[in-house]
Amino acid sequence: MKKMFFSLPNLLMALLLLAFYGLTYAGLEQGWIDDYYKLNLFLICINIILAVSLNVINGMTGQFSIGHAGFMAIGAYGSAVMTMKLGFPFGAALIVGAVGAALAGLIVGIPTLRLKGDYLAIATLGFGEIIRVIILNIEYVGGAAGLNGIAQYTNWHWIFFLTVATVLVIKNFMTSTHGRACIAIRENEIAAETMGVDITRYKVIAFTIGAFFAGLAGALHAHYFYTIQPTTFGFMKSFDILVFVVLGGLGSLTGSILSAIGLTVLSAFLQDYAELRMVIYSLLLIIVMLVRPQGLMGTAEFSYRGVAKLYDRLSGKGRGPGNDTAVG
Amino acid sequence: MEVFFQQLINGLSLGSIYALIALGYTMVYGIIRLINFAHGDVYMVGAYVGFWATTQGWGFLPALLLSMVVCAVLGMVIERLAYKRLREAPRIAVLITAIGVSFFLESTGVLAVGAKVRTFPNVFPEVKFQLFNGAIVVTNRQLVIMVVTVLLMLLLQYIVHRTKIGKAMRAVSHDAQAAMLMGINVNNTVSATFAIGSALAAAAGVLVGVYYNAINPYMGIMPGLKAFVAAVVGGIGVIPGAFVGGLSLGVIEALVSGYGSSLWRDAVAFALLIIILIVKPSGLFGSNAREKV
Repeated sequence: MKKMFFSLPNLLMALLLLAFYGLTYAGLEQGWIDDYYKLNLFLICINIILAVSLNVINGMTGQFSIGHAGFMAIGAYGSAVMTMKLGFPFGAALIVGAVGAALAGLIVGIPTLRLKGDYLAIATLGFGEIIRVIILNIEYVGGAAGLNGIAQYTNWHWIFFLTVATVLVIKNFMTSTHGRACIAIRENEIAAETMGVDITRYKVIAFTIGAFFAGLAGALHAHYFYTIQPTTFGFMKSFDILVFVVLGGLGSLTGSILSAIGLTVLSAFLQDYAELRMVIYSLLLIIVMLVRPQGLMGTAEFSYRGVAKLYDRLSGKGRGPGNDTAVG
Repeated sequence: MEVFFQQLINGLSLGSIYALIALGYTMVYGIIRLINFAHGDVYMVGAYVGFWATTQGWGFLPALLLSMVVCAVLGMVIERLAYKRLREAPRIAVLITAIGVSFFLESTGVLAVGAKVRTFPNVFPEVKFQLFNGAIVVTNRQLVIMVVTVLLMLLLQYIVHRTKIGKAMRAVSHDAQAAMLMGINVNNTVSATFAIGSALAAAAGVLVGVYYNAINPYMGIMPGLKAFVAAVVGGIGVIPGAFVGGLSLGVIEALVSGYGSSLWRDAVAFALLIIILIVKPSGLFGSNAREKV
């Protein structure tokens, strides 16, 4: 079945998104949305980018990476140096940050992706820490004090369209030949290899794509919060991103987006109790793993058909004799 | 040359701590193939129990024993509540749970005792021994750490190789199903492994408290990760490997601090890990096991 680009569902979704964009823009301009909501809205967008980008590696390809914050750090520092020290425009800085992170992903990925399972996890964690320590030791980018006074270029236009673009690109990657190859690797590496999938190549591709968008998120983050420090991108940050992906369901973009939104809102409520927030996060993670290891969405995605089915089920319709064995 | 020997001694005492933690990692990995991320935090809890006991006026040895017992129980509880149900689950699910347990212990620690650094009571008045006309200094605390570590290591070797439970542990780690068929209670054996590993981590926690005089709820993260590095370097699942790996990692770190910059210390440990994983994933003492399809 060939999919239409201008199909009704796609147009409907585009319209909804544009309406959301326009309304929010008006709200920001008119001051209906105050700074507190704006901050959380921007955080949600950054977290969505981070979550779906990690989902490419952990969810789609099934390679367990827990050093994602390292790539975010490269994007943040790379782009901040471009705008602050070298005077480049923001757009160029975003590209440099993201490409820099992708290159790092490539360099990290080629040797480590030969490892499997928990060895890979530990190696990515190690690389994440190494990236942090290297940044910590570069005086040019401020060492432990970090970079301060980064111009606030990240605005609603940039962040909205980049978030949408990220989700679109990753969604289309997922349903492409390459994405299917990645999913095959997740399902069974040996079987995929037997069927002719070049597993190392696809693992590296997935890793590089994930790193690219993490770098993008880092660049947006740096140009919204004025200041970045190496400690911002420690293991804790990687853990946060991991929770989004695991809670939403490894392999489900919808799940990642929903849990990024939900957890960002939750942590906004728990802002004053930072320690309690971590307790709740970690308990959530343990309970989800014990009760529903596939995450909230599993590998399912949002679709209009799914919504229609759900509606039918909830409203009691569609209970024909054919699909209700309990009655029949 | 003085710098070298001085850092060697500092490194051996730091490495003893890593070795004690690494033993728990390696035993648990050997028996249920789980990287117990929460292990570093058990070490933190051990340090706090030791802290509590010594501020109550207990001596060093009773505090050490209390902390080991408390953490042995804690380790078994963690295994029963969080890991046991996941024994047949994919390894990644267990790993994520372990990370969750680790953060749970840390954040609960922060809630319970506050994030601030506590000063460990001075159990041993520091005595410095000057060797070679004062060129090299060894403190009595360093000696205590090394002696306690070696004694615990010998005790562990005895338990693993000479007792019934040790035999059961070796059998389960070799082949859990076959061990079960031979009438070994796998669940109890796994519990015992967690208990022993956690007790060793607790000992390391108390020793660190005595050595550095400062503890905080996040103290377990880095040493935990590095002890894991040590376990991998020595060959995960191999008990003497963890010991040698821990000591060598400690020495390497001390030398990097002594000759280079201490800021690079953490990166060196992870670089070592990655090199080992790529060149010889089975570690220095491990044997290559072929993956079964």
